[in-house]
Amino acid sequence: MNAAVATGEAHGRYVLRLADTALVLGQRLGEWVGHAPALEEDMALANLSLDLIGQARLLLAYAGELEGQGRDEDALAFLRDAPEFMNLTLAEQPNGDFGHTIVRQWLIDSWQLEIYQGLAASTDTRLAAIAAKALKETRYHYRFSRGWLVRLGDGTAESQRRVQRSLDELWRFTAELFAPDEIDERMSAAGIAPALPQLAGQWSTHTDQDLAAATLGRPPAQAYPWHGKRGVHTEYLGHLLSELQHLQRTYPGARW
Amino acid sequence: MSNDWPLFEVFIRSRSGLEHKHVGSVHAADAPMAIEHARDVYTRRQEGISIWVVRSADIVASDPEEADALFEPARDKVYRHPTFYEIPEEVKNL
Repeated sequence: MNAAVATGEAHGRYVLRLADTALVLGQRLGEWVGHAPALEEDMALANLSLDLIGQARLLLAYAGELEGQGRDEDALAFLRDAPEFMNLTLAEQPNGDFGHTIVRQWLIDSWQLEIYQGLAASTDTRLAAIAAKALKETRYHYRFSRGWLVRLGDGTAESQRRVQRSLDELWRFTAELFAPDEIDERMSAAGIAPALPQLAGQWSTHTDQDLAAATLGRPPAQAYPWHGKRGVHTEYLGHLLSELQHLQRTYPGARW
Repeated sequence: MSNDWPLFEVFIRSRSGLEHKHVGSVHAADAPMAIEHARDVYTRRQEGISIWVVRSADIVASDPEEADALFEPARDKVYRHPTFYEIPEEVKNL
């Protein structure tokens, strides 16, 4: 990342990160359609997916305007390659089993809750309006994922073992959630975004409460080698994008 | 998984002032999950503002075998319908 990135550019990048996390997670959840363990859960995961893709559309459209190079939401979603995606590394991790998806969802839901609550008070009124809308959706997402986390964690020996294993595996990606870089710091200094280190404390408290309710152990903190929001991704994002972008890449400009 | 879950009947109130209407059923492990499933399955297109769920097993139903005894006797008693009154023009809805 160029240390001398302009404030205007940082603003666009910041919004793009939020957009990409919502888009990539929405696409991941869409993979469950037709495969969830019960019809009702199939619908629930599809609803979460559609909420997230709706958030991504609003954010991508705004990021395109801030960028000022004539790229609309579709151009940003379908015509960028993996290194240009700025989503959290956690969002692109594969679904695994249902419990694994729930752990990933709960981690991101609880992160989005903090972020959107902070953004609802942003000096950027457009971003504040998007966050206020997304916050209502996220409260339900969190209710859903926390509910399942507790059921599975405080469930059978088998469900607890599996969900704890997923937690241990995914926890290493959580360091990225609240690790501020230059863009985050510039945005919080401008009153556009909440300060991440402050949110981290609240998130940690809520996370501990949920883990206690789910009788799960909090994994140890790990060093921070993940840089999804700076465009450095795990191997999984490219595969996800090849599916997401297949139609526009094969038939450029296709409409229906 | 859903085969192990009990069935719940779902009632939705479409807007204030109207009654809850039966819309269908969902499987769920318990009542709070049944509310979430009902929300996700039956209110995706703004169908409602309130949800009731009740365990299907808790509903006491009439026996179809007894339908004749229960419902036939009302059949020839048309005088029970309030259709023999002359309604004044000014009354639009009754």
